[in-house]
Amino acid sequence: MTQLDGSALAARLRAGDRTAAPDVLNLVESRTPAARVQADALLRGVSPAALGAEAGGHVVGVTGPPGAGKSTLLSELVRAWRAAGRTVAVLAVDPSSRRTGGALLGDRARIAYDPRDDGVFIRSTAAADRLGGLAPSTRAAATALAAAFDVVVVETVGVGQSETDIAELADTVAVVVQPGSGDTLQFLKSGIMEIPDVLVVTKADLGDIALRARRDLSAALRSVGERETAVLAVSSVAPATGIDELIAALDAHLAHTDVAARRVRARRATALADFTAEHGERGLRALGGRREAQRWLAAQNPACDVPSLVGGLEARTVSA
Amino acid sequence: MSHRLPERDKPWMMRTYAGHSTAAKSNELYRSNLAKGQTGLSIAFDLPTQTGYDPDDELARGEVGKVGVPVAHAGDMAALLDGIPLDRMNTSMTINATAAWLLALYVVTAESQGVEQAQLSGTTQNDIIKEFLARGTYAFPPGPSMRLIADMIAYTVEEIPKWNPINICSYHLQEAGATPVQEIAYAMSNAIAVLDAARERVPADRMSAVFARISFFVNAGVRFVEEHAKLRAMAVLWEQLGRERYGVTDEKALRFRYGVQVNSLGLTESQPENNVQRIVLEALAVTLGRDARARAIQLPAWNEALGLPRPWDQQWSLRIQQVLAFETDLLEYPDIFEGSKVMEGLVGELLEGARAEMAVVAEHGGAVKGVDYMKAALVDSHRERIRRIEDGEQIVVGLNRFTESEASPLVEGVDGGIMTVDPAGEAQQIEAVRAWRSGRDQAATDAALAELARVAASEGENIMPATIAAARAGVTTGEWSRTLREVFGEFRAPTGVGDAAASLNGSADLAALRDEVDRVSEALGRRLKILVGKPGLDGHSNGAEQIAVRARDVGMDVVYEGIRLTPEQIATSALHEGVHVVGLSILSGSHLELIPAVVTQLRERGVDVPVVVGGIIPDADVQPLKAAGVAAVYTPKDFDITRIMQDIVRLVAERGGVSTAA
Repeated sequence: MTQLDGSALAARLRAGDRTAAPDVLNLVESRTPAARVQADALLRGVSPAALGAEAGGHVVGVTGPPGAGKSTLLSELVRAWRAAGRTVAVLAVDPSSRRTGGALLGDRARIAYDPRDDGVFIRSTAAADRLGGLAPSTRAAATALAAAFDVVVVETVGVGQSETDIAELADTVAVVVQPGSGDTLQFLKSGIMEIPDVLVVTKADLGDIALRARRDLSAALRSVGERETAVLAVSSVAPATGIDELIAALDAHLAHTDVAARRVRARRATALADFTAEHGERGLRALGGRREAQRWLAAQNPACDVPSLVGGLEARTVSA
Repeated sequence: MSHRLPERDKPWMMRTYAGHSTAAKSNELYRSNLAKGQTGLSIAFDLPTQTGYDPDDELARGEVGKVGVPVAHAGDMAALLDGIPLDRMNTSMTINATAAWLLALYVVTAESQGVEQAQLSGTTQNDIIKEFLARGTYAFPPGPSMRLIADMIAYTVEEIPKWNPINICSYHLQEAGATPVQEIAYAMSNAIAVLDAARERVPADRMSAVFARISFFVNAGVRFVEEHAKLRAMAVLWEQLGRERYGVTDEKALRFRYGVQVNSLGLTESQPENNVQRIVLEALAVTLGRDARARAIQLPAWNEALGLPRPWDQQWSLRIQQVLAFETDLLEYPDIFEGSKVMEGLVGELLEGARAEMAVVAEHGGAVKGVDYMKAALVDSHRERIRRIEDGEQIVVGLNRFTESEASPLVEGVDGGIMTVDPAGEAQQIEAVRAWRSGRDQAATDAALAELARVAASEGENIMPATIAAARAGVTTGEWSRTLREVFGEFRAPTGVGDAAASLNGSADLAALRDEVDRVSEALGRRLKILVGKPGLDGHSNGAEQIAVRARDVGMDVVYEGIRLTPEQIATSALHEGVHVVGLSILSGSHLELIPAVVTQLRERGVDVPVVVGGIIPDADVQPLKAAGVAAVYTPKDFDITRIMQDIVRLVAERGGVSTAA
């Protein structure tokens, strides 16, 4: 196989060429040493330094328990975003078990789109070992695609655990729950779960039970002193309802967020995650522990890209 | 009681599942079948008609007139039944999502013959749950689909009292791999869902009449003793259900009535003549005991695993029925299993298993909500069946044992022993439907469709009167369906594969293959990824599902999106997903149109990965497919999926420049 060229792919993304997306994913998913070098080049090529600003795409995390209706909701969101002329990339992280090494990735089946429309890109990836964990390539992919797509959705499965990962990566996190899911309520109240930016109750077509769920969740948020989070009810059953309101809520969150600060945080968290994936606990100890590593990262230039940050950490283990 | 009947029983109704090319050609076939002694009609519709698309729809491409007859409007139905007196005919229509529409066309055709709807007798299959589970010709989401079924029941029980508005199908469950216990349990759970929905739409005092009109469509495999016991068990459960859940007391209404098409899953492509004795034995399963004998029988043809049967092949199957009914003494005795310990024991076992499984479905919220659960259970059962055949635990003569064979003269003819449908027929049908549309009163059509949309959106109204009015107004199959899709929304059924349990067991071959997948994946840089696709309207997804599950079990990442995809959709998915290989499955006979279209679309997108194809592909079509760029073709005789997987890994390694295994 010919090795993909990371700098060339970055140039295409910077020029708004969305047809680069499949190869971008092929590259960041690839674990050969040659591919890793190219993937680093790709990320440098879409870093704030290369772009002159943070990438323009809105990275939206969509997460929630299995069966909550995420994929059907995404189908409606994609339709609405396209109708508004916004391009969308969906990175679906599938929770399938990797017991046999392989995984069944079925999620794109539930997202309807026009195959002739190059404004939509959908890629499924098997999750990391733990439920809701991001595949290592997903962070890199989301960062890169945000340079060429208006919206980049990262879809994960889980409740209570996955929000941390996704919150490190996304500009806006939407947690999706279905009516009658008491877990979410408990997790919110007890502080197990991070507070989402937007909370979506699906299956509003069920009527009273969905309205009650929405009320209960709003009350739970108020009880922990959280008044910013929008709570919305949507239905993906024809005729779909609440989708435009959800998009407005996502946009409103973005408008009130210091995106640059969030992205800097995300890059530093990604660098630490990548470093740990590569060098393990032993590597962390060589840096003087996780907190020490975080302190070092916090002191770096905010525009610094992930490969440079990882390289910096690695250099410190050598000098230590 | 005497051991003889005072009078020989009348034979069951004899049918042949038939239809192809055009309404006129199918009419010719029906008339000649009736002349040969067939006593009822069984209409096979093509996939566009079954899924609600006109011949000129993009999704209908390659499928028009293939697995059945295209019926796009009242004119087609009139041509199909021309010269057949509908007041005296008993017609079974294998039609589900669009059942209300085809019944309406039938009623309007009868009208034109001067026959009142109340005189009509027959059956619409109309079982949507099994379409979600196994057959794939659904069109609308579960809720509206169940409403259409209930509407038809409520309408026919008053207006067409001799009509069976629904056949609860266990047939397709067995084809999808169901064990006898699953077949019974899921069919009965399905019946409960249907009857519960009907109960909402008919007055309480009519439930007995409704119950009496529900019939079943079952399957019979070659283990014919147990299969007979299965039918006796179903009769017991049915009566119990009527009495206990629906308060039915009329003995006649409580009778378990069923029609049957015997097993196709067990028919082989290798040594296909052996299928004849399989079919005979399976016919015994549904006729031997008088207490659970079929009301209507249609038998498959010996060459179904090779391609489409010819009229002569179908005649052979009809003659099997006639020999059984008229030459043997089968119909001269009361039930021959009364007092049989073996039969009683088997029935008891099955009842116990089925009741337990029905309880599990009930825990999942019943058959509608339990579709995901049942689908995954079927995929698992089918996988187990394939494993037993691969390991030689289950013997299939001529396939995995006794495979030495003389050349078969049956497949030596110029036609290869199968029928081929003229591909030019599709273009003619496209022209015909356009001519129909331009020749009708458009204002009347528009008004009928507007009324149909209004009724569909009004939960409390019955869909049938507006549907019959639309048929009279010249509406087409695609227009009726589109109108309802707009109101009800569209739906994709669960694929079942995501929930199928991962299996680490298996032969040494499997373990070695898993290592090879790991090795090739590492060399490629990322995990070997396969797209399993089903182009066209064909909903028979069992094969694709088994390939998807096995690919996962040998360590591949698998993208499977279910049925009914256009070549463009498949190619776009392959591009987005970065797969290393594409596997396509097709059983409807439209492979020569659709497979090259997928390959072209892939290459246009720069996706230069190997494409392999599986399905009912006649020998003569293999070369043209390879010429179109297909790397390998698999047919039913390639029963060893592990071997197919080995091929696929090798193809990917070669294309990726990875050295082959030492």
